[in-house]
Amino acid sequence: MSLTPQLVLFEEDHKKIVAVAERLVSEANAKAIFLVDKNGQLIAEAGELKGIDTTSLASLVAGNIAATGGLAKILGEEEFPIHFHQGARDSLHITLVAQRIILVVIFDERSSLGLVRLRVKKASQRLAEIFEQVFKKTAAVFDEKGLGAPFAEISEQDIDNLFSD
Amino acid sequence: MAFINYSAREINCKLVYYGPGLCGKTTNLKFIYEKIAESAKGKMISLATESERTLFFDFLPLSLGEIRGYKTRFHLYTVPGQVFYDASRKLILKGVDGVVFVADSQEERYEANLESMDNLVGNLREQGLELERLPCVIQYNKRDLPNAMPVDELRAELNPQGKRHDFEASASSGKGVFETLKALAKLVLLDLRRSK
Ligand SMILES: Nc1nc2c(ncn2[C@@H]2O[C@H](COP(=O)(O)OP(=O)(O)O)[C@@H](O)[C@H]2O)c(=O)[nH]1
Ligand SMILES: [Mg+2]
Repeated sequence: MSLTPQLVLFEEDHKKIVAVAERLVSEANAKAIFLVDKNGQLIAEAGELKGIDTTSLASLVAGNIAATGGLAKILGEEEFPIHFHQGARDSLHITLVAQRIILVVIFDERSSLGLVRLRVKKASQRLAEIFEQVFKKTAAVFDEKGLGAPFAEISEQDIDNLFSD
Repeated sequence: MAFINYSAREINCKLVYYGPGLCGKTTNLKFIYEKIAESAKGKMISLATESERTLFFDFLPLSLGEIRGYKTRFHLYTVPGQVFYDASRKLILKGVDGVVFVADSQEERYEANLESMDNLVGNLREQGLELERLPCVIQYNKRDLPNAMPVDELRAELNPQGKRHDFEASASSGKGVFETLKALAKLVLLDLRRSK
């Protein structure tokens, strides 16, 4: 493969990730949880998502992490692993998992920073284990056989159809 | 390589518009945003300064349809062109699947184009990528202006071996915009077929 693999997420792993996220929502009394790749791709979500533009959220969270990462380097820090943004109604708690995954927790007065922090710590360990597996599998796909079906059969016609209309 | 989600049956690709300041990157995205069906696009985000120059990035998510049962999403980003925003450019290039290099055809921007191309090559190298091996198309923009250089002269520097698809464009009127996007999307998606 010509490029560094980004991420290949198989169904079984995705289910595991969503299960951890859902559990975190309930244990932390959170409104919603998002897992975002550092590149800005949304990986999983759980909780009350109504009215949230999840695609924009993912892109901006990744941009934010990237910017503060740059800031950390200026100060001689590797990275700022925990971010907290407090709003009048909702607050954001953002942490890094397995170096390249961003865990976003949205919570309101039903929860507290202390509780969120505690629960995030536990969930992060579990998520890190799952993502290590995901990264290994992603690398294996590219070292070995490529993506295989159905991607191996993509034709120019398929792509032309995407743009027709 | 894109983000493939077997569970959600999605292919997500990150495409970056690169080029010198004011060459027309944001204009490309704006035109796409205006022309694409409501159902196919997400919100366009621009993090711009008051003077309308892109500070961090523009972002436009597109969801054009399915390929072989997989929803195909493109995340379009532009980078800020000014020299002092190099840190932002590096960040936006993270995990890039394909690049549109937008050149400004105006004579007085000739040097700026070359500098930006060098900067692209250097920033990709920092993350272990060779431009040579990355899906990339070139757009010669602002062809409508009287001071536009002959395409052959631009090509001689920016696409010397003619290996890249390249397109003439006037992004402000939309000419060449979709041709460029489509050509890059094609390269990126066909790349998924390849195995080692
Ligand atoms: N004449 C002409 N002007 C253009 C064209 N494309 C962009 N512009 C103008 O160039 C200026 C900078 O464009 P912008 O998209 O903001 O540049 P960016 O810095 O690359 O994002 C704007 O005033 C645009 O209207 C073009 O094809 N022809
Ligand atoms: Mg711009």
